[in-house]
Amino acid sequence: MKSGSVLLERAAPLLYWAMLIIALAILLRGHNEPGGGFIGGLVAVAASALLAIILDPAAALRRQPLAPLRLAMAGVGLTLLSGLPAVFLGLPYLTHLWSGGWSTVLLFDLGVFCAVWGTLTGYLYPLLEADPR
Amino acid sequence: MLLLLPILIPLAAALLAALLPARGQQMIGVAAALAQVLAAGTLLAVLPEGGRVSLMLGNWPQPYGIELVADTLSAALVLVSALLGLAVMLYSFGRDDQESATRNATTTPLMLGLLASVAAVFLAADLFNLYVWFELMLIATLGLLVGHGSARGNEAAFKYLALNLLGTLLVLVAVALIYAASGQLNFAALQVAGQWPDVAAGLRPYLGLLLLALLLKAGALPLFAWLPASYPVLPPAVLALVGGLLTKVAAYVLLRLSGQVFAVHELWLEALGWLALLTMLVGVLGAAYHWDVRRILALHIVSQVGYLLLGIALASPAAAAGTAYFAVHNILVKANLFLIAGLMFASAGHYDLRHIGGLYAARPLLAVLFLISAFSLVGVPPSTGFWGKFMLLREAFEQERYVWGGGALAVGLLTLYSMSKIWLEGFWKAHPEPAASAGAIPLPAYAAVLLLTGLILVMALYPEPFIHLAQVATAGFWHQGSGT
Repeated sequence: MKSGSVLLERAAPLLYWAMLIIALAILLRGHNEPGGGFIGGLVAVAASALLAIILDPAAALRRQPLAPLRLAMAGVGLTLLSGLPAVFLGLPYLTHLWSGGWSTVLLFDLGVFCAVWGTLTGYLYPLLEADPR
Repeated sequence: MLLLLPILIPLAAALLAALLPARGQQMIGVAAALAQVLAAGTLLAVLPEGGRVSLMLGNWPQPYGIELVADTLSAALVLVSALLGLAVMLYSFGRDDQESATRNATTTPLMLGLLASVAAVFLAADLFNLYVWFELMLIATLGLLVGHGSARGNEAAFKYLALNLLGTLLVLVAVALIYAASGQLNFAALQVAGQWPDVAAGLRPYLGLLLLALLLKAGALPLFAWLPASYPVLPPAVLALVGGLLTKVAAYVLLRLSGQVFAVHELWLEALGWLALLTMLVGVLGAAYHWDVRRILALHIVSQVGYLLLGIALASPAAAAGTAYFAVHNILVKANLFLIAGLMFASAGHYDLRHIGGLYAARPLLAVLFLISAFSLVGVPPSTGFWGKFMLLREAFEQERYVWGGGALAVGLLTLYSMSKIWLEGFWKAHPEPAASAGAIPLPAYAAVLLLTGLILVMALYPEPFIHLAQVATAGFWHQGSGT
């Protein structure tokens, strides 16, 4: 599905990377200010959607770290794992641990980011490719 | 930690399954469902009678923390949904040849995700967490609808999405407004906050919005059209899981919120009772019009939701116990009928009753299994449907709600019409195209139907422990308004 505009097609990959950087910034900002994995993930989905609509879903898929289903599953896996260290210390599941600037929350948020990115692109690409009839 | 296992096991299994080929997915599916049954069974067994177990996720104190609570009602429903999960996983086992067109690599992971989120909805003890898990459940269902990429599937998914998004938006707005008005999300905290008459009065319009949105998701009148429009495109195992659970989960949330957490207005209950009656009637009459077995059964879901709403509208501990028993009965029986419909399709080659027949001669065991579930759905004594309806109707007549009770009885008769139609057309009459009838039924699929039928029979023939459990589970219901 080509847009027909050379400008858009040239700009799309650049916009994609710019949006991904912003998505990551929102993810990291979420620790002390509004933001976080979910909103960051949505911005990443918007970036992938941009590529998928202007170029085609395959082009968007190529620039994702993992295919949608695996990306989503990796994300869910990260969030599940981030709660486990606390259990071994005898604390309730998902009690988050901090050491300096690093924390298991970051792992959790990164997991949410990947889960949102993977799930929504997983819905988006097949729908863009679907036969409208 | 035991409280978390029914959620974590299927989630972790969904992860594993996503990485494996079809055969491995099926094995993981069965193993995870079995593990979830064991975890949920243990959870129910360790609960003290009428007691509760709670877990503060992330060790945040109240009122900020996310709390999971298992009481008898939620633990029992988690167990039932896990048992249903086991049956549908068994049913799909070794059936990749026949259903390859309608299954793909995401089917099993999404089914496991659905099981995890259903368990989490039952265990959630605050409004926002409940909303999140409820939406995850609907998103997993959406994935199952679009999963096979057919035009019909996409059309069904669109109808499903359009109406459910409306409901979702209303739920989210209502939850936010309730939080703004009371400062609480946790069920126990909301219960306490509702003791003050001015808070309770302030919450009332937002609560109405929340309950209306949940009615949409339960498939009640007037916005139930998404249900028969979307469900029948699903493959049988998925249809049994989705059709068996989703609307019942919404009904559970309605029961929990209006029976325990909030003090709802009498006018609302009055309206709900009439809506329940209409929902029952429209569902059963709609079913009478159809010839596709899946559509008949899907419209009966709408009709059966009416009984659950009736139980909520009657607003007493006895009616709540009836609702809980009826919900369990309906999850098992409806899912079993969908699985049997799948086996009818496998044996006779069509879902449309006009194109099949002769199943009684060809598959006598299947005929017996169908009859058991069909009689249960109708409520012939002594079936699970009979006990469930008996509990609800006795309460209706005791409260002198003769029209509601009489309507429910009439709906039972009309249900008999639909079930007789399936019996006469599908099983009794000769197959219109004898050469077309073919197809073997794999053993695991029979095992799945036998498992559910066995559970239904045990609940029907030894109802006392189950009725007692339902009474224990709902003992504290409808007392929240007594202080005001």
